[in-house]
Amino acid sequence: MAEDAVLSVRNLTVDYLTESGAVRAVDAVDLELHAGGFLGIVGESGSGKSTLLFAIAQLLNPPAEIVSGEVHFNGRDLVTLGESQLRHLRWREFSVVMQSAMNALNPVRSLGAQMRDACEEHGKISAQEIRKRSSEVLRMVGIDPVHLRSYPHQLSGGMRQRAMIAMALLFEPQLVIMDEPTSSLDVVAQRSLMIQIKRLQERLGFAVVFVTHDMSLVGGVGDELAVMYGGKIVELGPTQRIFSKPLHPYTAGLLEAFPSIQAVRRRLTGIPGSPPDLRLRIAGCRFADRCPDAGNECTRVDPPEEQIDGRLVRCIRVAERASRAG
Amino acid sequence: MPADEDLLRAESVTKHFGVGPPWSRRRLHAVDDVSLSIGAGRIVALVGESGSGKSTVVRLFAMLARPTAGEIYFEGRPLSKVRRRPAQLAYRRKVRIVFQDPFSVSNPAYRISHSLLRTARLHRPDVRPANRRAEIERVLDEVGLSPASEIIDRFPFELSGGQRQRVGFAEALLSRPRLILADEPVSMLDVSIRIGLLNLMADLRDREGVSVLYVTHDIASAWYLADTVAVMYAGKLVEYGPAERVLRAPRHPYTQLLLSAVPDPRVVLTLTEEDVGEPPRVIDPDEGCRFRWRCPYAQDRCAEATPALGPIEVGHHVACFVAPEMAPAPSSVPTEAL
Ligand SMILES: Nc1ncnc2c1ncn2[C@@H]1O[C@H](COP(=O)(O)OP(=O)(O)OP(=O)(O)O)[C@@H](O)[C@H]1O
Ligand SMILES: Nc1ncnc2c1ncn2[C@@H]1O[C@H](COP(=O)(O)OP(=O)(O)OP(=O)(O)O)[C@@H](O)[C@H]1O
Ligand SMILES: [Mg+2]
Ligand SMILES: [Mg+2]
Repeated sequence: MAEDAVLSVRNLTVDYLTESGAVRAVDAVDLELHAGGFLGIVGESGSGKSTLLFAIAQLLNPPAEIVSGEVHFNGRDLVTLGESQLRHLRWREFSVVMQSAMNALNPVRSLGAQMRDACEEHGKISAQEIRKRSSEVLRMVGIDPVHLRSYPHQLSGGMRQRAMIAMALLFEPQLVIMDEPTSSLDVVAQRSLMIQIKRLQERLGFAVVFVTHDMSLVGGVGDELAVMYGGKIVELGPTQRIFSKPLHPYTAGLLEAFPSIQAVRRRLTGIPGSPPDLRLRIAGCRFADRCPDAGNECTRVDPPEEQIDGRLVRCIRVAERASRAG
Repeated sequence: MPADEDLLRAESVTKHFGVGPPWSRRRLHAVDDVSLSIGAGRIVALVGESGSGKSTVVRLFAMLARPTAGEIYFEGRPLSKVRRRPAQLAYRRKVRIVFQDPFSVSNPAYRISHSLLRTARLHRPDVRPANRRAEIERVLDEVGLSPASEIIDRFPFELSGGQRQRVGFAEALLSRPRLILADEPVSMLDVSIRIGLLNLMADLRDREGVSVLYVTHDIASAWYLADTVAVMYAGKLVEYGPAERVLRAPRHPYTQLLLSAVPDPRVVLTLTEEDVGEPPRVIDPDEGCRFRWRCPYAQDRCAEATPALGPIEVGHHVACFVAPEMAPAPSSVPTEAL
C-alpha cells in the first residue's frame, strides 16, 4: 500500500446469493486512493458500482456476501471490524451519500432532527453548535436553512440529494463516498455542486470516491477514473488521459453514447446489446458480445490486467489498439 | 394550436406551501402563475433547476394536489369539477405518472405481476380476468421487456434500473392513457439505457398518439425528444415555445445560462469560479423578477415589477423585460447543425 493511501481495496469480490445462483456483482477489484484524492467510478447500470461502494463502507446486507478481499482505511481492514467499531468510524471518519436519498433519509424526522441525531451519536456537542453547523452545511449545498424544519417529502428530489451531501459533510470526514449524488440536479446545479465539493476538498483535505453514470461530470474534477463493466474494473487511470484517449472499447462506447445538444436530432442507439448475466462464469471477456472490436480469441481468454500508457486496461487487444490510435 | 385541441391546459396555476414554524406564516411559492398547454400527441419537456417547481406541477396535473389558485383543464373540462370518485378514477386512468426513482417504483416484496394485475383490474374493465395476463404481457413487450412471459414473474431486484423504469412505463400504458406525466424518468439511468427509454417515449407518441409531459433537468434529452419546451425558474414559467426556438435561440437569460452549461462528455469540463449561484428566493418572494440576482442583464425595472410571460415571436413566450430588446442569444449551438 502506498504511503499516503487513505483507502486501499484489494482483490474485493462480492456475491449476491440468490435462488438461481450466485450473482458476482464485484469481481476481484483493486483500487487505491491517496489522501485528498478524487476517484471517479463510472459504468452502466448493474455494473456493480453501488455494490462496490457498499462493500467498501461495510453496509452490505444479505443476500450479499464479501467472498474475499480487504478494504484498508487508514491502515485498518474494515472487513474485519465489528459493527460497533464501524459505527464509530461512520460519519466521523468516512461518510456515505447513498444513491437513493429518498430511502436514506428518515421520512418522519425533519432534516434538522436527523442532523441532530447524527451529531449526538458522536459525542457531546451543544445544541447551539449543532444548529450552527447544520445551517452551515445546508448553505454549502445551496439549501435555505429554513428547511431544517422540513420533512423529506417537503423537499424536491434534488434538494433531498443535496441534503444527503450536507449530512455527509457534518463532521469533516477524511473520506466521503458518494453514489450518484447529483443525478437529480440540473446542469448548472451539478456544476456548482462539483465546484463546491472540489473547493471543500481543497480546504478540508478529504478524499472522495464518486460514482456516476455521467462521465462528463468527473471529466473536470477527477484525478483518477475507474471504468466498471460486469463487476470488473476494465480501465483505470488518470481521468484526463482516459478522456482524451479511451483504450477499452467499452470506455469509448460510454463516451460516445450521449445525446448531444450540439447535434442534429437523429435516433441514437446507445451501446448495443445488454449487460452480462453475472450468474454465469464465462471463459472470455465479458464485453466481447457487445464489442465492436472483438475477435475470436476474445471469447476464449479472460483478459488479464495490462499496464499500458499509464493505466490498467483489461483487454487483450489493447496494445494493438493503442498503437493504432497513435 | 387552437385552445380546443389542447389535451391539457393550465391557466395561472399557483401552489403555495406553509414553511418554517407554524406561527411564522411564511409561504413557499412552489408554483406561481403557470400557464401552459399540452397538445394531443405532443411531447412537452418541462425543464428547470432543482426546486423550481417541476414535480409540483406534475402533482397538480395528476390531481395529487389541488392548486392554491388557477385552473387546469383536461379535454376542456376544469379539474376543480372532478370531485366524485368515479370521475377521479376515470381521470387517473387517462393521466398516468411515471416517477423518477426506478428503485422505488415497485414494492420489493412482490413480483412485478402484482401491481400490473392490480392496475389491469382497476383500470381495464374491458379485459376479462382470464385475459389480463396476456394483456400485461403485450404491454411489457411493447416497452421492450422480453421475454414478457418470463419477466412478468420476476421480483424488482431481479431487474436492472432501466428495466424497472420500463415496468413503470408498462404500468402507465396498461390503462391506455392519453397523457403520461413522466417526472425525470431517466435521470437515474445511464446513457445507453436512457436512450432506449427516450426512444420508447417517442414511439408512444408516434404510434399511439400519447401525449407526454417530460420533466427533466437534462437539456440534451429535451432536445432529443420534445416538440415543445417549457422552462421554469423559482416557481415561474420563464420561457415556453417550440423546441427549435427555445433551445436553438433561447431568449430568457436563465435558459441561456442553462444551455451554456450543458456538458458535452467529449469536451473536458473546466471548472471556474463563476456561478456558484445563491438559491433563488421562493419563500415570501418580493416583487420583481426572481432571476435578477443572477442575471447579467438585470436593470432597475427588473426589481420593480415581475415580468409576465408574453409572446416574443409567434408561439414563443418569454417572461423578461430585457429579452425583447436583445438580439436572440448567441446560442452555444452551431446553427449549421439544423
Ligand atoms: N439483492 C440482490 N439480489 C440479487 N442480485 C442483486 C441484488 N442487488 C443487486 N444485484 C445485482 O448486482 C448487480 C450490481 O448491482 P449494483 O446495484 O451494484 O449496480 P450499479 O452499478 O450500482 O447500477 P446502477 O447504475 O443501476 O445503480 C446487478 O446485476 C444487480 O442486478
Ligand atoms: N409538500 C410540500 N410541502 C412544502 N413544500 C414543498 C412541498 N412539496 C414541494 N415543496 C417545495 O416546493 C418547491 C418546489 O419543489 P418541486 O419538488 O416541485 O421541485 P422540482 O422542480 O421538482 O425540483 P427537483 O428537480 O429537485 O426535483 C421546493 O422548494 C420544495 O421544498
Ligand atoms: Mg447503483
Ligand atoms: Mg422533482
